[in-house]
Amino acid sequence: MLAVLLCVLVYVFVTADLQETNQVKDAEGQTHAAEEERQWEATEVETNLSLTDTPSDNEADHGQTYDLPQPPPAKDQIQEAAEEKRRDSLETNLVDVPSDKVDHVSDTKKTLDVPPPPPAKDQFQEELVIRPLHSGDTYASFQFRTLWDTDFLRGSKVSHYQLFPKSLGQVISKFSVRELHISFTQGYWRTMQWGQPFLPSPPGAELWVWFQDTVTDVDVAWKELTNVLSGIFCASLNFIDSTNTVQPSASFKPLGVGNVTNQRFLRYAVLPREIVCTENLTPWKKLLPCGSKTGLAVLMNSEKLFHSSFHSQALHIRPVCQDFKSTAWELRQTLNVVFDLHSSDQGKREWSLFKMFSRTLTEACPLASSSKVYVDVTDNPQGELFELSPATPLLSQAVVLGDRRTYSVYDLTNQATFGQTRSLNMLLRWRAAESGVNMLRPLLHGERYVAGYGLQTGEIHTLVYNHHPYRAFPVLLLDTVPWYLRLYIHTLIVTSKGRDNKPSYIHYQPSKDRLQPHLLEMLVQLPPNSVTEVTVQFERALLKWMEYTPDPNHGFYVGSSVISALVPSVVAMDTNSTQERPLFSSFFPCKEESSYFMRVYTEPLLVNLPTPDFSMPYNVICLTCTVVAVGYGSLYNLLTRTFQVEEPSPGLAKRLANIICRLRGVPLL
Amino acid sequence: MGLLSDPNRRRALTKLLTRLNAPICVMCYLAGVAWFMGLAFEPFTLRTYMSENAMGSTMVEERFPAGERALATGREFAAHKKKVGGMPVDWLVKTMQSRGLEVFTQSFTRKLPFPDENKERYMVRGTNVYGILRAPRAPRTEALVLSAPCSEGNNNNQAVGLLLGLAQYFRSQIHWAKDIIFLVNEHDLIGMQAWLEGYHHTNTTGGDWSPLQGRGGSIQAALSLELSSDVITSLDLVLEGLNGQLPNLDLANLFYAFCQKIGVLCTIQGKLQRNDWDTTSGYSHAAQTMMLMVLKQASGRPWGDHGLFLRYHIEAASIRGINSFRQYKTDTTTIGRLLEGMYRKLNNLLERLHQSYFFYLMPSLSRFVSIGYYMPAFGLLAVILLLRALDLWVQLGASPPGTEDGVAGGVQPSSPGVLSILTPVVISHMTGVALYTLPILSQEMAVQHFPVSETEAVVLTAIAIYTAGLALPHNTHRLLQGEGTEEGWRVLKLVALLYLAVLLGCTALINFSLGFILALSLVPIAAFITPHTPKALSAAIMVLLSPGCTLLYCVFLFQELQETPVSLQDGWMLFLSVISQGILDHALYGSLVYPLLALLIYPCWLLLWNILFWK
Repeated sequence: MLAVLLCVLVYVFVTADLQETNQVKDAEGQTHAAEEERQWEATEVETNLSLTDTPSDNEADHGQTYDLPQPPPAKDQIQEAAEEKRRDSLETNLVDVPSDKVDHVSDTKKTLDVPPPPPAKDQFQEELVIRPLHSGDTYASFQFRTLWDTDFLRGSKVSHYQLFPKSLGQVISKFSVRELHISFTQGYWRTMQWGQPFLPSPPGAELWVWFQDTVTDVDVAWKELTNVLSGIFCASLNFIDSTNTVQPSASFKPLGVGNVTNQRFLRYAVLPREIVCTENLTPWKKLLPCGSKTGLAVLMNSEKLFHSSFHSQALHIRPVCQDFKSTAWELRQTLNVVFDLHSSDQGKREWSLFKMFSRTLTEACPLASSSKVYVDVTDNPQGELFELSPATPLLSQAVVLGDRRTYSVYDLTNQATFGQTRSLNMLLRWRAAESGVNMLRPLLHGERYVAGYGLQTGEIHTLVYNHHPYRAFPVLLLDTVPWYLRLYIHTLIVTSKGRDNKPSYIHYQPSKDRLQPHLLEMLVQLPPNSVTEVTVQFERALLKWMEYTPDPNHGFYVGSSVISALVPSVVAMDTNSTQERPLFSSFFPCKEESSYFMRVYTEPLLVNLPTPDFSMPYNVICLTCTVVAVGYGSLYNLLTRTFQVEEPSPGLAKRLANIICRLRGVPLL
Repeated sequence: MGLLSDPNRRRALTKLLTRLNAPICVMCYLAGVAWFMGLAFEPFTLRTYMSENAMGSTMVEERFPAGERALATGREFAAHKKKVGGMPVDWLVKTMQSRGLEVFTQSFTRKLPFPDENKERYMVRGTNVYGILRAPRAPRTEALVLSAPCSEGNNNNQAVGLLLGLAQYFRSQIHWAKDIIFLVNEHDLIGMQAWLEGYHHTNTTGGDWSPLQGRGGSIQAALSLELSSDVITSLDLVLEGLNGQLPNLDLANLFYAFCQKIGVLCTIQGKLQRNDWDTTSGYSHAAQTMMLMVLKQASGRPWGDHGLFLRYHIEAASIRGINSFRQYKTDTTTIGRLLEGMYRKLNNLLERLHQSYFFYLMPSLSRFVSIGYYMPAFGLLAVILLLRALDLWVQLGASPPGTEDGVAGGVQPSSPGVLSILTPVVISHMTGVALYTLPILSQEMAVQHFPVSETEAVVLTAIAIYTAGLALPHNTHRLLQGEGTEEGWRVLKLVALLYLAVLLGCTALINFSLGFILALSLVPIAAFITPHTPKALSAAIMVLLSPGCTLLYCVFLFQELQETPVSLQDGWMLFLSVISQGILDHALYGSLVYPLLALLIYPCWLLLWNILFWK
C-alpha cells in the first residue's frame, strides 16, 4: 500500500512538473514544431525517470521480459491508482451545482416510501444515463450496483442470499474468484462519432478473472469457471481454452481492494466471434433483484435493445471497501446501447424514453436505495440546442472521463418525478436539425487492420492516435494473436512521426502451435498530436484439415488489441474554466482531474487462411497423386534404364528348346 | 509400363511414334482448334446456376424509390464538377456526410513512365472520396464496396448520382451486416489502384498516396458502376480483370438472376443472348461472344475499375449502362433496385464467394464453360510439343548408328557442347531483357534524336529491338567457333520445345486465354521448324506467327468481333497504342503480360528462329 502511495505521489509530481512547463510554454506562445519535439523528448525522459525511480519490491515477476534493461514496475501501480481514482471520480464526484433551484441529491434519498431497507447492509442502486451524441445518435447506459456485505475472503461459508444473485455468489465461493469481469458486445464502439463510452468493451465476449491466491491450480479452476459461466449466460464461453487465454502482465490489474498483482492468478480471454442476442440478455436480467418487473429494468425490451447500433452488456464483480474495516462484494451490471434514431425518422431528431424502449418509467425498484435517470445536458446550458421535457430542477455535475459534464437528474424514488400521469417519459427535441456527421477528435483512439494480399504472409498494423495538442503520455498496448498467425516478432516496428519509437517495456510470450496464443504487451510513449504505428508481420499457417471451422472461407478472427492509458484530462487542458470554478481552486493543477484512466479497444480482425477446397478433397488428392505417381514412375524408368538389344531371332531349334526349358522351370538357354 | 520397358515393343512404339509423328501432331492441332471452337456450341456448355446457398434461396425485396432524386444529384454533381474542373471533393464530402456516412478522402499522385496518349495524362494528381456506411451492431470486420469513377467530361455523372442516392437509401435500412463503402475514384484505374493499395497498405507499383483514415475490415465483394445516361437500354457485365483473373462465377450469376427478376436487358461483351443455338448464326454469335472474352482475358488488362480488386481476392465486377437505339428503356430507379437487390444478397453472405467457379469462359450470360471443358483444347496443343520432343529424343538416342558413316569418328557424338546450346539461350534472353528494359530507359534519347513523342519513342524502340532480334543468329554464330552440328540443333530444339511447353503450360493454368492464343501461333512453328526447311518460306512463316504479329492479328480480330472493323492504317495505329498500353499496364497496375512476352515468350521464339538459321 505504501508503495502505491509513493508511486501516486511521484506521478503527481511528474505531471505537475509537466503541467508547469506546458503552461510556461503556452505563455511564451511558442508552438513551433521543433519546440514540441524537444518537449516530447523531455517528457519521455522524465516519465522514464519517474518510472525507474519507484521501488520495485512488490513487483510481480514478469515472465519472459525481452530486450529491456529494466521493466519499469511503476506502470502497474499507476494504472491501479488510476483505476481507483477513476472509480472515485465516477462515484463520489457528483457535485451539486450551487444554484437556488437545486436540491441536495443526498437529501432526497431519504424521503422514500419504499419498504424499509433489508436488515443486512446489502444495497442496490440503479441508474440510467442518457447522452445525446454528436452524431445524432443517443447513448443509453444502465448501471445496477448490488453490494453484498459479506466477507468470504476469510473463508466463511455463506448460504444466505438477499439481493445478490445466488448463482453468482456460488460461483465466487466455489472457484475462489477475487474479481470477475465479463462483457458481451455486439457491434463496435465508434469513438470518432460517439466519443468515449463509460465502460469500454471489445466486440464479442470478453472475460477476465483474478483468482484468489489460495487457488492452487488456476488453469483447472479457469476451465471449470468458463464452463459454468457459459451455462449461466447462455454463451459459448466454453470455447475458451488455452489457445485463447493469456495472462497479461500489466494491462489488466485488479480493480477492487487487495494487493495481489501476480499475473499467475489472472486469466484473460476474448471471443471476438461471439454473437450477442436475447438469450444472453435474459439470464443477465434475471440477476437483478427486481428482475425486469419494475424499476429501470422495465425499459429493457429486447426487441428495442437489439434494434440499435451498438449493444453491450457487462458484469463486474469485485471486492470493495465497505467502511474502514470490512470489505464487501460489489456486483455491477451495465448495459450500454446506442440508438440510431437519426436513420429511423428521416432526419427529424428527437427522442423519448418511449421511442427508444417502447416503455415508460412508472416506479423505481422497491429494493433500490437509489434510482436515478441522468440526462447529459452539458452542451445545452441555456437550452439553445435542444429542449428537454419534463424539466427537472435537479442538476448534477461530474467529471467523467476527464471532461466536466452536467446532468439533469430524475430521481425515481421521489414520487413527484412521475407527475400527474404517473409515468415518466422524457422527451428531447432538437431545435435545429444538424446536418452530417462531424468527426470527433478523441484524445486517444486506436485502429487496426491487416495489410498485404495473398494467403502467405501479411502485416498487422495498429495505429494509436494521440490528439492531445501538447502532452505526451504512455500507453500500454496488449495484443493477443492466435497461434495460426505466426508473428515474426523481429519485424516489430513502432514508429511515431516518422521516427523509431522504442517501447520502454516489452513483454512477449511466443505462441505454441495448438496450445497457446501470442501475447505481446508494450509500453509506448505517444508523442503529442501524433499517430503511432505498430507493425508486425506474420505468416499464415496451414491448418490440419480437421481444424478448420465449418465456414473456413469466412476467415478467422483475431481479437481486439487493448490500449490502456492514463489520458491527460480535457478539464486540465482547459485553462479558461475559471468562470465556473473559484479562483483559488485552479492555480495548481488538481490531481484528480489531471488525468484519467482509459481503455480503448481496436476492431477485431478477420484474416483468411489458406483453405483447401473442401468440396472433394479426397477425389482430388487421390487422383492427383495417382496420376503423378504413374507418370513420374514411367518417365523416370524410361529415362534411366538402359535396355539391351536382344540378339536377333534365334533359330528354330533353340526356340523349341527354350519352350521346353520354360515348361520345366529351368533357366533359359 | 511393361509396354515401354520391353525393348521390342518399345522399339515398335517409338518407331510408330516417329513414323506417325507428323500426322499425329497435325491431328492434335486440328482437334485442339476444333475442340476450342466447339466450346461455344450450346449443347456442350453448362447452364449457369447459383452455387452459393446464402444468395440462392433467400428472398430480398427491392424497394429503392429515388431514381429521379439520384439523377438530380447526378446533375448537381456534374455542375460542381464543371465548376471545379475536376473532382468536386468538398461537395462530395459534404453530400456524403449529409447522407450519414463517415467520409474520408485520399489524395494520390502518380507520374507515368511516359505520357499516356489515349487518356492524355502524364502527371496524375487526384483525390478519392469514400464514405463508409457502418452496419449496426457489426464489428467492422467485413465490408462491401460500391464504386463509381469520376470521369472526365460528362461521363458517369449518373453513376455518381445513383451511388449517392443508394447511400442515402441504404443508410435508412437496418439489415446491413457488413459495412458498405461508397467510393468515388478519380482518374479511373489509377485512383482505384491508389485506393486499394492504401486500403491494404501495400505498394506494388511505386505509387504515391496518402494513407487511408477509415476502413471497414476485409472487403468481401465490390461492384463498379458506370452509367452515362438517364435511361439505359441494357446493362453490360464486365468480368475480366488484371492478368486475366475473373471473379467467382456466382457474382455473374447474381447479376443475371436479378436482371431476370427485375426485367432488365443484360449483356456480356456487349452481346445479347440468343436462343437459336441450333442455327449457324446463333452458334457464330456465341462463338463471337466467347472469342471476345478470350481476347479480353488474354490481354491481361483490367477492363473496368473492378479489375484491380481481384488481386486482393475480392470478387468484383463492373456494371456498365448502355444506351442504344432500342425501344425498351430502363430508368434509374430500376437500376437502383437491381443494385439494392444485389447488395442485399451479398450482405447475406456468410463466407467469401467461393462455391462456384473461378476459371470459366462465357459464351453467353446464362452459359459457361468450366476449366474442365476448355483445358483439353489447350492440352491437345501442348501435347504436340511433347510428341515432337519425344521424337527428337528418340532421334538423338538413335543417332550413334548414324555416325557410323564415318563423319566424325573421333568426336564424341552425343555431346554437341554445352556452349553451343547455352550461347543462343543466353543471347536470346539478353535480347528479351533489352526488350523489357530499353524502351522506357531510352525514351529520352530517342526523343532527342528523332522527331517523335515520348510514347511513340517507347513503342518504336520496342519494335526496333524486337526486329533487331531477327539478326540474332549471325551474332550467335560469330561467338561460336566451328560449325553447328546436326546434333547441335536437335538438342537446341529439344530444349526450346520443352521450354515452350513449360511456359505455355504455366501460362494457361493462370490465364487460359493467353496460353491458348500463344500456343495456337507458336506450336506449329515450334513443331516443324528445322534448318533443312526452305529458308525463305520458313522465315516468312515464322515472322508471321511471331508473338508480335499474333498481337497484330488479335487487334484486328477484336475490332472485327466488336463490329467496328478498322482499316490497315488505323489497325496499325491501334497496334502501336496497344503496345504502349501494355507497357503502361505493367508499370501502373502490375500487369504481367508485357514482361511475360518480353522476357520469356520472345526469347523462346528467338531460339526457334536460331534453329532455322543453324549452320
